[in-house]
Amino acid sequence: MPQNLYDKLWQSHVVHEEADGTALIYIDRHLVHEVTSPQAFEGLKLSGRKPWRFSSIVATADHNTPTKHWERGIEDPVSRLQVETLDANIREVGALAYFPFKDLRQGVIHVIGPENGVTLPGMTVVCGDSHTSTHGAFGCMAQGIGTSEVEHVLATQCLLQKKSKTMLIRVEGKLGKGVTAKDIALAMIGHIGTAGGTGYAIEFGGSTIRGLSMEARMTLCNMAIEAGARMGFIAVDETTIEYLKGRPYAPKADQWDAAVAFWRTLHSDEGAVFDCVIDMRAEDIQPQVTWGTSPEMVVAIGDKVPDPAAEKDQSRREGMELALKYMGLEANTPIKSIAIDKVFIGSCTNSRIEDLRAAANVVKGRKVSAGVMLALVVPGSGLVKQQAEREGLDKIFVAAGFEWREPGCSMCLAMNADRLEPGERCASTSNRNFEGRQGAGGRTHLVSPEMAAAAAIVGHFADVRELL
Amino acid sequence: MEKFVRLEGLVAPLDRANVDTDAIIPKQFLKSIKRSGFGPNLFDEWRYMDMGQPGEDCSGRPRNPDFFLNQPRYQGAQILLTRKNFGCGSSREHAPWALLDFGFLAILAESYAEIFFNNCFKNGILPIVLPAAEIDLLMAEVQATPGYRLVIDLEQQVVVMPEGKTLPFTVDAFRKECLLKGWDDIGLTLRHAEKIRAFEEKRRIEQPWLFATGASVA
Ligand code: SF4
Repeated sequence: MPQNLYDKLWQSHVVHEEADGTALIYIDRHLVHEVTSPQAFEGLKLSGRKPWRFSSIVATADHNTPTKHWERGIEDPVSRLQVETLDANIREVGALAYFPFKDLRQGVIHVIGPENGVTLPGMTVVCGDSHTSTHGAFGCMAQGIGTSEVEHVLATQCLLQKKSKTMLIRVEGKLGKGVTAKDIALAMIGHIGTAGGTGYAIEFGGSTIRGLSMEARMTLCNMAIEAGARMGFIAVDETTIEYLKGRPYAPKADQWDAAVAFWRTLHSDEGAVFDCVIDMRAEDIQPQVTWGTSPEMVVAIGDKVPDPAAEKDQSRREGMELALKYMGLEANTPIKSIAIDKVFIGSCTNSRIEDLRAAANVVKGRKVSAGVMLALVVPGSGLVKQQAEREGLDKIFVAAGFEWREPGCSMCLAMNADRLEPGERCASTSNRNFEGRQGAGGRTHLVSPEMAAAAAIVGHFADVRELL
Repeated sequence: MEKFVRLEGLVAPLDRANVDTDAIIPKQFLKSIKRSGFGPNLFDEWRYMDMGQPGEDCSGRPRNPDFFLNQPRYQGAQILLTRKNFGCGSSREHAPWALLDFGFLAILAESYAEIFFNNCFKNGILPIVLPAAEIDLLMAEVQATPGYRLVIDLEQQVVVMPEGKTLPFTVDAFRKECLLKGWDDIGLTLRHAEKIRAFEEKRRIEQPWLFATGASVA
């Protein structure tokens, strides 16, 4: 019987199954960061248990680390303690790789995993972080887990789980100029809703997806969780294999060929069945901008802020009204007329080199609008930063009036000093526009890196296609 | 983990859909390296008029009188009643830790985000899914009836309303057992240690590259 990719990945990791379908799933790669791990390491120690396989662990500090003045260390004592706790735990337990604060290869966990070749096709990847879905771009079963599960994986190398239903999101056709994987992701969430993928493992397929670079695929899989799905993934193809070749932790000479031969089987078979199939056309997707406090509250750049009065469902209408109030917006305002205060280009969604190139391409030879008080570029990792500097992208950004920062999560969730003040409006390349996400009272609009760059230059949202 | 068998408790309504984990516990409190003490900061941004800081004493902070948890009638609530997609957003287990620390032991909602749903069971909180019409009914009753209490019987898998009407719910057999017995699932999993080891060995032979122990640049 033809199998879909999820069936293959699931089946190849089942260690044991209970009568009710709850299974023990073997975990190949365990990514660890400072925020969701201290209580897990503590729990392990308190119960006198040892990690099952420390060489499955790859760790970094990213959420709390500052993005400037690294010479001063981490000034916030509470953040510093958390990062030092990670240092101490990894020193005690061991890891395949640890990229501590200030290391050249430090960065957002979901950027450094693929970059170093520690994420490989066919793996199960977990991390105490919901955006672990990012790694699904490599044809693996990658998912976010809670801290109790982090402890469970540390202690047993397994996760207790029931099989999900499967959803295929098929995107066919050619993306227009200035339309990116971020716009596919936002349009998809606008279409199925933030709970549309709940209970499903999503496979992204179709000619548009096959045409995407690995970095673009990561952007798309990253946002599967915003559609409610714990994981989103894409079949392995030549693009995947090309990307992995020569990465530090990817298989080498003798094992490479065997690995590639296996990886080539990681796709849904012809005629495989899914519980749900959603079709989208690339030509229909325009650059997207969110207007509300949930990623599903999204429209195309040429549209207007929707009017709750036109919404028939009462609970949706009330949700829209609350969102408009929080966002300080009136119904029917053209998106293009909304002025912004800050711009954030970064996060595990959009901080890789291609994102920075695309934004720099818009910014080049232009200036950040006088009305924009802060425009930040935060590379996803030290290696991304180094590469961007080699290409002179930092100079383009700085000349335009952007700040060029050190890598980390930064204003994606504002656990460090980078944040919005109450009422400030931001064009952000991150993944969540929840109330207070980028700082209490802050107002986030999610966009692609190109669209964030365009907004920075114009001072309000603008159609990047008119600037290219 | 504490056992969960039967709960009779006061119900508090959060009449909102898509409540995300940033709202349940804002990020500044994630800096703690402990599991406890998050209760006073549950729903911090909605509950207080100022911006809360980790480690701060919340007793003197200005409260938002309109927020349900600040109303005297809901003090001591153990059952949270809310709408669909509760707990969406991040994987932070600080969200169930904060709910538990506050005193909530069960949640009634139309639906939940998956990671949050899982995290609840790991902490002895029972997240119950009820149909929209029943949530509507309960919302109306709670708001109309001060001191509104419900009984949750996990063994029988029913929510019992004050007049005796029962609302059945489903729960995974395995999760139910873990809650009823207060089992630690790591201990349960380690009963299969031999099987895990055998699986791992087979994998190591078939896909040795998954067990690399060092980096090299080819
Ligand atoms: S960049 Fe943002 S979404 Fe990504 S891991 Fe960091 S905080 Fe989470």
